[in-house]
Formats: sequence, C-alpha cells, structure tokens
Amino acid sequence: MPENEPVIKIRGLYKSFGSNKVLNGFDMDLYRGENTVILGKSGSGKSVLIKCIIGLIQPDSGSIEVLGQSVSALHNSTLDKMRMKVGFLFQSNALYDSMTVRENLEFPLRRHRLNVTKQEVNRLVEETLDSVGLPHTADMMPAELSGGMRKRIALARTLILKPEIILYDEPTTGLDPITSREISNLMVQVQKKYNTSSIIISHDLNCVKITSNRVVMLIDGINYASDALNGVQASEDPKVREFFEH
Amino acid sequence: MKATLIEIGQLTRFTGRYFHELLKPGFEWAEWARQCYFMGNRSLPLVAITSFIMGLVITIQSRPTLVEFGAEAWLPGMVSVSLLREIVPVITALICAGKIGSGIGAELGSMRVTEQIDAMEVSGTNPYKYLVVTRVTASTLMIPVLAIIADAVSLYGAYLGANLRGVLSWTLFWHQVLESLAFGDIIPSITKTIFFGFAIGMIGCYMGYHSSKGTEGVGRSSNSAVVIASLLVFVIDLLAVQITDLMNLN
Repeated sequence: MPENEPVIKIRGLYKSFGSNKVLNGFDMDLYRGENTVILGKSGSGKSVLIKCIIGLIQPDSGSIEVLGQSVSALHNSTLDKMRMKVGFLFQSNALYDSMTVRENLEFPLRRHRLNVTKQEVNRLVEETLDSVGLPHTADMMPAELSGGMRKRIALARTLILKPEIILYDEPTTGLDPITSREISNLMVQVQKKYNTSSIIISHDLNCVKITSNRVVMLIDGINYASDALNGVQASEDPKVREFFEH
Repeated sequence: MKATLIEIGQLTRFTGRYFHELLKPGFEWAEWARQCYFMGNRSLPLVAITSFIMGLVITIQSRPTLVEFGAEAWLPGMVSVSLLREIVPVITALICAGKIGSGIGAELGSMRVTEQIDAMEVSGTNPYKYLVVTRVTASTLMIPVLAIIADAVSLYGAYLGANLRGVLSWTLFWHQVLESLAFGDIIPSITKTIFFGFAIGMIGCYMGYHSSKGTEGVGRSSNSAVVIASLLVFVIDLLAVQITDLMNLN
C-alpha cells in the first residue's frame, strides 16, 4: 500500500435505526500515521461509525475500505485477519471481569491463533504492560484497578497485537483532568512508538488538543467540516461554532 | 401480543443458532469444562441441602396417613417414587433456574452492557460459540448430574425421616426402595432434567445476550431468566408427564 494512500477510506455511509438516520452519506479518509479526532454531539453517530469500520455494525449502504480491503466483502476468517491490524479501545474499556490483567492481554493473542510460544506471550505481555506504564499489574483483577489504570490496560490489550490502526471510543470519558491528560499523552506516545493511525472519538477538548492532527466534525450524519483543530475552531459556520462555544 | 410473538421468534432463532454453532468445528472445551465445574460445584450444596430436607419432610408428612391405613411398610416405596419421579427433579430444576439461570443472565447481561461481548468479537472470537454454546451445553449436562445426586441425598433424608418415629434398617429401607422403583420411574425422570437444563441455560443466555439499557437492563435480564426458566420447567414437566403416560411408562 503506497504511503500516501488512506488506510481507511469511507464513502457515502448510511446507517439508520428505525426512523432515526444516524449516518447520512458520511465520507472520510484516514492517512497513515495520522490521528483524526471525530467531534460531534452525543447521539450523532460517532460510535456507530467506528463500529461500522470494525464490522460490529453493518451499515445500510456505502463503502468502508480498511487497509485496501472492503469490510462488507470480508467473511469471518478474513474479517478476523483485518481486525488483527485494527485495535479498538472501548469506551467502557471492556476488560473481561473474570480474567486477570495477564489473561486479558493474552486473550487476543490466543484467540487469533498466532503461533507464539508461552515465553513469547509472557515477553509480549510484560513489554506491553511496560509501554503503558503498568508493569506490575499482570496478576491483578480488573476490579482492583482504578479508572485510569483500566483504560491503560485496555489500551495495552489493543496494542499487544501491534495494530496498524487504532479506533478510540471516547478514551477520556469519566476520567479526572490529570488522568485524562496522561491518557491523551499516552495515545500520542503510542502513535509515535508504534507508528499507528488512529480515529479518536472524543468530547474532551483537552484530549483533542493533545492528540489530533486533524478534526472531523460529524454533524447531521455527514462529514460537515474537516481541518486541523485551529482551522475548525476558526470556522464561521454556526453549527461548528456552536460546538466550541459551549 | 405482537411483542411477545416477536420475542418468541427471536428466541427460536437464537435456539436454532445453538445447534448450528454446536455442530460447527472448534468447540470451546476449556470454557465448557470451566462452566461445568462452576455450575456443578456452586449449585451442589444448595441442591443437596434442599433435596435432603425434601426427603425428610415428605417422609415425616406421609407417615401418619400410611399408619392410619396400616400401610406403614409402604413408606419407603411410596416416598421414593414421589421423590425420584417428580419432586426432586422439579425442585432441583427450580433451584438451578434461580442460581444458574440468573447467574448466566446477569453475567452475559453485564458483559453485553460493558461491551465485553463486542471486545470478544474484535479479538477474533465468536462470542455466541464461546459464551452461549458452552453455557447451554454445560447446564444441559450438569442439571441431570445434580438431579441424580439430589435423588440419592433425598433418599438418605427419607431414610432418616423413616427412622425418626420408628426403626427401619438401612438394608430393609433400600430393599423396599429398589423393589418399588422401576426403570420407568428413573429414565423419564432423568430425561426430563436434560430438557430442564437446556431450557435454563438457553433462557439465561438469551436474556443476558440481548440485555440493554445499562445496569437496569442487567437486573431485568437476570430476573426474566429466572421467571421464564421456572415457568418453562413446569411446562416441560407437564409435557414429560403426558409423553410418559402415552408411552405407558408409568
């Protein structure tokens, strides 16, 4: 795949739930090594959009290409292969309550049936925990961790497969401002260290300032405006201004 | 009415998917074994205590009537038939509907609302196969096992009950029990617990898997799992009795 080709290409995406049209012809490109933040009101379809990208929700129409492959054309096994290259950080972290941190991290490695030895798995777990700054938590249960620690472990579970793309669903929601800044900085470190491209759903303007290379405004189900944060903030459009004035 | 029919349709499709996924290669043996252990191990004390008390109580309550008719010698036989045919399987299933059914409903419901099921799918796992097939198969196996153990414990309770007001030797008690029981009593009784187990596991999984609306939804899933599974236990019991009767196994 050429360097300047988008790693995610979305064209004319439509998704409705009953009479509620959430995505109404959404277009977007994500380029390699770029962090794009998607801003929009609650219920505007941001989470639906990234769940369509990973294949958790089927769009009504439109196309999504991830790393050159059309998501709708993928079958279970090829979809799993694609998902190995796309990490997803859930808003609620989605750590498995019944498993230790180590087991949570091992889960995607084992489930994707990668040919890794026990020693290699241990090394990857330790290295990944180290990279999120929590090297001594391997044997703890998720319930024993604070909100910020859980977020880091969820990120570690995403990183353990060394994805090329990471989709973040409101990564700083529910965190205090200090932890929120730490997580935002960690996301930037991850981008540099692993050379990942990311789509970040966020309402947190501090997170947007720290992490974004580009901002996309999702308004009325479409890509309403797309620019660097300063450019979007300087927009005269009342629908865009409304978002930054509150 | 329309909503109920839609719900029944969805449950039927969910159940059909179980057989489809069960027959596909790649059974989750480790998770199934873990579920068998948890369901059996955690429910055993409760099932054992309840069945022991049932055996004891039924014997104590039946005794005066039998004495009145001079049929005290029939006590072990009559009690064992009522316990093994009807009381113990149904009581075991109802306890399991409360313990296992609600547990599955709450666990899967909580996993659904905290996006753990979605996370599993993203991690290259078929969540239906990993969570539903293993739990339904485990409950289908473990509830009959628990019922067999409960049968034995209830007979021990009955033996103690028979000895509270009289003297009945261990050997004579078992001789009378085995003389009264036939395969026609035991086989249908065990067979229906297989269906009880399937229904309890399936309803628990269905309710949990389709949970929504946060923690309130989890509570509702858990509660509905118990109510519907308990009701289904009686419906299956009624059908089992009718079928047994038609087949002249009584």
